[in-house]
Amino acid sequence: MKLKTFKMGGVHPDDSKISSGAAIEELPLPQTAYISMAQHLGAPAVPAVQKGDSVKVGQLIATAGGFVSAVIRSPFSGTVKAVEPRADLAGNMVPHIIIDVEGDEWLPEIDRTPDIRREITATPGEILAKIQDAGVVGLGGAAFPTHVKLAPPKGKTAECLILNGTECEPFLTSDDRIMRERPEEIILGAVIMMKALGVDKCYVGIEENKPEAIAAMKGAAAGYAGVKVVPLRKKYPQGGEKQLIDAIIRRRVPSMGLPIDTGAVVQNVGTSLAVYEAVQKNKPLIDNTITVTGKCLGSQRNFKTRVGCTYAQLLEAAGGAPENAAKFISGGPMMGKAIVNLEAATQKATSALLVLTEEETLRKPESNCIRCGKCADACPMGLQPFLLSKYARAGKHQDELEEEKVFDCIECGCCLYTCPANIPLLDVIRPAKAEVIKIMRSRPKQ
Amino acid sequence: MKQTIVSPSPHLHSSLSTRSLMRDVIIALAPAMIVSVLFYGWRALMLLAVCTATCVLAEWFITKFMLKRPDTVGDLSAVVTGILLALNIPPASPWWLAVVGSIVAIGIAKMTFGGLGQNIFNPALVGRVFLLVSFPVLMTDWALPGGSWNLFGPSVDAYSGATPLGIAKEGLLNGMTLPEIFAQHPEFTWKEMFYIKAGGSTGEISALALIIGFTYLVCRRVIKVTIPLTIVATVAVITAIFSAVNPDVYTGPLFNIFNGGLLLGAIFMATDYVTSPMTTKGQIIFAVGIGIITVAIRYFGSYPEGVSFAILIMNCTVPLLNKYCKPARFGKEVKNG
Amino acid sequence: MTTTILYTVLCLVALGLLFAVVLYLVAQKFKVEEDPRIDTVESLLPGANCGGCGNAGCRAFAEKFVKADGEGDFFCPVGGNETMKKIAGALGKEAVEKVPMAAIVRCQGTADKCARTNRYDGYASCKVAAALYSGETGCRWGCIGLGDCLEVCQFGGIRIDPRSGVADINADMCTGCGSCAKVCPRGVIEMRPKGPKGRRVFVSCVNRDKGALTRKACTIGCIGCGKCEKVCPFGAVHVENNVAYIDFTKCKLCRKCVDECPTHAIVAANFPPKPQQVAQPNTEKQ
Repeated sequence: MKLKTFKMGGVHPDDSKISSGAAIEELPLPQTAYISMAQHLGAPAVPAVQKGDSVKVGQLIATAGGFVSAVIRSPFSGTVKAVEPRADLAGNMVPHIIIDVEGDEWLPEIDRTPDIRREITATPGEILAKIQDAGVVGLGGAAFPTHVKLAPPKGKTAECLILNGTECEPFLTSDDRIMRERPEEIILGAVIMMKALGVDKCYVGIEENKPEAIAAMKGAAAGYAGVKVVPLRKKYPQGGEKQLIDAIIRRRVPSMGLPIDTGAVVQNVGTSLAVYEAVQKNKPLIDNTITVTGKCLGSQRNFKTRVGCTYAQLLEAAGGAPENAAKFISGGPMMGKAIVNLEAATQKATSALLVLTEEETLRKPESNCIRCGKCADACPMGLQPFLLSKYARAGKHQDELEEEKVFDCIECGCCLYTCPANIPLLDVIRPAKAEVIKIMRSRPKQ
Repeated sequence: MKQTIVSPSPHLHSSLSTRSLMRDVIIALAPAMIVSVLFYGWRALMLLAVCTATCVLAEWFITKFMLKRPDTVGDLSAVVTGILLALNIPPASPWWLAVVGSIVAIGIAKMTFGGLGQNIFNPALVGRVFLLVSFPVLMTDWALPGGSWNLFGPSVDAYSGATPLGIAKEGLLNGMTLPEIFAQHPEFTWKEMFYIKAGGSTGEISALALIIGFTYLVCRRVIKVTIPLTIVATVAVITAIFSAVNPDVYTGPLFNIFNGGLLLGAIFMATDYVTSPMTTKGQIIFAVGIGIITVAIRYFGSYPEGVSFAILIMNCTVPLLNKYCKPARFGKEVKNG
Repeated sequence: MTTTILYTVLCLVALGLLFAVVLYLVAQKFKVEEDPRIDTVESLLPGANCGGCGNAGCRAFAEKFVKADGEGDFFCPVGGNETMKKIAGALGKEAVEKVPMAAIVRCQGTADKCARTNRYDGYASCKVAAALYSGETGCRWGCIGLGDCLEVCQFGGIRIDPRSGVADINADMCTGCGSCAKVCPRGVIEMRPKGPKGRRVFVSCVNRDKGALTRKACTIGCIGCGKCEKVCPFGAVHVENNVAYIDFTKCKLCRKCVDECPTHAIVAANFPPKPQQVAQPNTEKQ
């Protein structure tokens, strides 16, 4: 049988899932932790503690800064050392709460037992409140606050929930590991979200290169009505919301539209696990699974990491960086961010620390465009990257860029990945897209 | 510590490069080159060597001394142009003809526009057509070069002197009907034309060799099947209709597909990235245009062969096709306030 | 034979007449009434289309200028007062004089003073790099050195020294159009009056980090110590956000602050060299 996948564009990078065999281990607690106030999409959180306060694990330390924002609960127990700006992974200063870690004392209402609680008693309203209170955000990368996504805007109704277990980025294995090790809890999280949304269908999309995860999830889903595991053909960027919806329910999110316009709500499997823990175990989102990988590293690891450890600590736990390590990336190699500052702290949505050598990552010199059109073939949104980049480079072509729908670009990087002439297509399209969207937003609404 | 590298995403790059694509084209041309060398002997080898060397040298000289830019010989595109030109001229061509054609191809058709990626016309075809109009006698002299390593010796003599297309055209002009002409040439079976046939440009001998190259390019995803298949289909459909209406005057589909430069042009020249449209819609229009013009020239024109002209004419339309043929976008547009 | 030629000639004449009529009608229909003074004004402008005046080009400037009848805030920074006098004269008006401006780079973070901590491998554009991260050095405020300003300069007045990695403006070629200041994503380039004989004093640093952080990143940055503020007899220097700024409307070019600055972040450009002063590299922006 031919497996499903999205129809338009896409590329097939070597998936390099070399860390998939490593079981999840706990990362030891650090001495000092750094909790960023900007670890979700939307307004930054507002610190609710001061220097000298003592905190316990699970205690509220920052309140939401707006409607699209999330609270932050302390992943550590100890004393607040400072509330001050600190450099994030890109070297920009962001407010952090710095905690001197002392012991590991949890709030009493958090259920720390490994038992699986299957009975869902909370009402949809209570579920949303609990998710919001636990500070759960989307763990697929964008860190969009989950409670906002689970409450469709007026006039739109959800028809189904799609769990994203595709993990289409090369190297990443954290979702693969949690699906293998905690499948039933993930399915329970999905059931909880289905209740909150009032839908009776849930599809779990998993790419074919994770047979163990597919088997485990199928086994766990068997006991729950309406939950169906859908194996997908391997293709990047299958994990993009729009691509995943296209692949599974064959509907396309309209240009400038939202996924909810197709009746689907997409959540990452990691988010589902966090939802389960928040609703059933009262455990806020204070930790996540981070893959530490790279072909040049001595060991490949998957760590269960409290939010606020440093990348340096993760790297050290995996045996340190080899001599030829040249680029450190937070996330996958296609959409991850290059790390300038290894002392930066991990965040809720951090999925991996990837180490690449110069040979693997250094860009080759740019040459003339040979008009092969491979970028347009690779673009999953049906855009023409060669044209967009030409306009963007010339400058002052915002009208043409808008006409060519630059705002539809999902920044997946397929164009730059493919280009035989090594033209930095996405590099120049990205700022042009931001400019065009700014102009479009500034127009009076009709 | 060593300085880390920082860049925007993505951090990986596919192994594709201009050089690797061109290398694949050269590999795909290998069967046609081997057959031509086996068939025409040292003469074909000489033409291939002279054309390739002149193209590469011309590009190197122009980038280095006239444009004063880093040279682009390494991308192998000049080699491809050289090979294509050699395969597109008569096997009996003197060496200086090959040199002139190569200099025109690289110097005028490619480098004056700014080098690879900027040219409007396929360089090898410009070279060929320049030679065809400047030296019409030499360029239509299909006499077989004498001698050496001719592995297919005995069957050769029967064809020498003209191409099947030329024989048909001349016969028609002399007032003969096609069945009469074919009766005089019992060797015009499609099998002969498919495997090995004499007459015509160096690279046109074997349709089979060209199709092997085509299969390789498609499997390696260097080209898509759209352009070659559409051209062949267009030619087949038009010639089928015409030959059905009047078989005395109009040659049939098989004769047209396997004779002359149609396959060589459809597979290797019309699919040139730089001078063909970038979207499928545009490629189909482009290919249909080539098919129509080719048949029109063959049926009604004064030249027996029209593929080169057809491709060059359609090359002009490429910027327009690129502008108006947009790929399908993801998702319909909605007004979202 | 003669009839053939006759018919040909007649045909061509008929066609020619027909097209002439069509062209005439079309020209009448789409005729645009335009003030002839726009052409006059445009011809007096420099014609660089640099956009320094805030318009899309010289033509656009001329149109607006004529439309407003020369009243209002119009100034061509490239042509300067002379051009303004001419174009105002063309409309029969008096031009308002303005001080000639020049662009300055407020950063001296050359490679030897401001160590590189990483290597940028993306598209060579300050805009792209600035959107991505803090930059190749430990300083997230200073010049990135990828040359967006050089790209927009219509007058060839900017170069990036490949060794220092900091933009360098040639004061003689700078017309003060301000394009570079607009395009710089870090706001490192400032427009200041050219000054008498090109002499000017300014703080060549925009680092708003606290002194300790600045010092760690760069040896020639402003640490916001405030010594210059105290020493200035005219109240022209103020430290705000950990960085000093010299108000050019108050500065009398006495250069007391230049001697006082512990990190040599204050630059006195185009002054004759003082024999007793410690030599300051990179101050002579020529």
